[in-house]
Amino acid sequence: MSVRVIPCLLLRNGGLVKSVGFKDHRYIGDPINAVRIFNDKEVDELVFLDIAARPTGLGPNFDLLADIASEAFMPFAYGGGIRDFADVRRLYSLGVEKVILNTIAHEDPDLVARSAELAGSSGVVVSMDVKRSRFGRYNVVTRCGTRELAEDPVAYSARMEARGAGEIILNSINQDGTMEGYDLELVRRVSEAVTVPVVALGGAGSVQHLNEAVRAGASAVAAGSMFVFHGRHRAILITYPDREQLNGVGQ
Amino acid sequence: MSENILDIPTPPPIAVIDYGHGNLGSILNMLKKIGSPAKLISDPKELSDTRKMILPGVGAFDSGMAALEDRGFATAIRERIRLGADLLGICLGMQMLGESSEEGSRSGLGLVQGRCRRFPAFGDKRLKIPHMGWTSVEVNPGSPLFENMHAPPRFYFVHSYYMECDRPNNVAAKASYGLPYAAAVQADNIYGVQFHPEKSHQFGMTLLRNFSGLNR
Repeated sequence: MSVRVIPCLLLRNGGLVKSVGFKDHRYIGDPINAVRIFNDKEVDELVFLDIAARPTGLGPNFDLLADIASEAFMPFAYGGGIRDFADVRRLYSLGVEKVILNTIAHEDPDLVARSAELAGSSGVVVSMDVKRSRFGRYNVVTRCGTRELAEDPVAYSARMEARGAGEIILNSINQDGTMEGYDLELVRRVSEAVTVPVVALGGAGSVQHLNEAVRAGASAVAAGSMFVFHGRHRAILITYPDREQLNGVGQ
Repeated sequence: MSENILDIPTPPPIAVIDYGHGNLGSILNMLKKIGSPAKLISDPKELSDTRKMILPGVGAFDSGMAALEDRGFATAIRERIRLGADLLGICLGMQMLGESSEEGSRSGLGLVQGRCRRFPAFGDKRLKIPHMGWTSVEVNPGSPLFENMHAPPRFYFVHSYYMECDRPNNVAAKASYGLPYAAAVQADNIYGVQFHPEKSHQFGMTLLRNFSGLNR
């Protein structure tokens, strides 16, 4: 079996954007167009996170997600602004395979369990944004990187697994958009603490980085910048490593 | 004009069985993409003219079987198959074709001789359960579901249980995850795939085209 290599795309007001350190969002393009390109490249899986769905109070953009789902012929996960069980149900019925719960998983952990009951654990992903302090201490952060909790990511992820999360997306805020590599220490700690797959996110810039995360214990690797930027000047270009390179990841 | 002026016979819609246990949106999306008419069926009476059925499924074996039986689908599906309709079970839908599962205590549909077992805890910690991801399959020659595939096919799997067939010739394709198992089964007009063709790019599209008869 090959390691899943997952483009993680950020939605904001119907468009695709990419951040650095959860800030400085740059417009990348149209999401449907991106899905079509990723279809042609036969990506393993796609993750969409809507970073405006919660702050604007609008919730998931169901019309856009229906359009994305009708074009996404690979497993497709969505997170952002999910408010309640009704939202979760609606996402599954559109053809979203996995719902991603982040802030809501912290504020209403029962929703993790109820969603897992509905779709099975493999359809429920808890995404965890983590900040590393100058002293090397890790904290879980919710609300798009704005609310720092007094929560250690290791204990937090184990608790979410116990609630029914079938997978953990582990996103390093410090590494986001840097393309300098994952926070391997963080990947190692969380991967050791849970038995469900951990998806490393934040910092990948090369296939070498993907390999490092797998060696640190990640079951799958996700990236944003690496798949939407090209070259030193970060020209916008949707790319994905070829199958031969991918087959080597984690081997 | 609604008449079919080119006189191309439109295939009758594939019945996608809606018993409350499947990710139906993805299947309908892909059938639409490949140009195959499809119809969601939530009342077994509506199966009466059906030539082709898809039985999707996510979740637990017992709750899936309970839903099929309580809604009258178990009987209706068997009856359609007896009359020659084709059935494709996907994921849990394939597992329910068998006789039983270690996941539950209910009987399966009993359309394929075999039972589902849970993957054991593997020594290799990278082999997590469920098996989730892309895996190549080894196709048994002459299997109609896998015709017209021009590269070694790979598919997206998510499962903790696998089917063990009594008859080796019911195994249409094999995969391996810690141990070899049936990735696809076939017994005459009854087909099952453990993976998700609706989420498996070109290989999934080809497989669903084969099932829907569009490639013939």
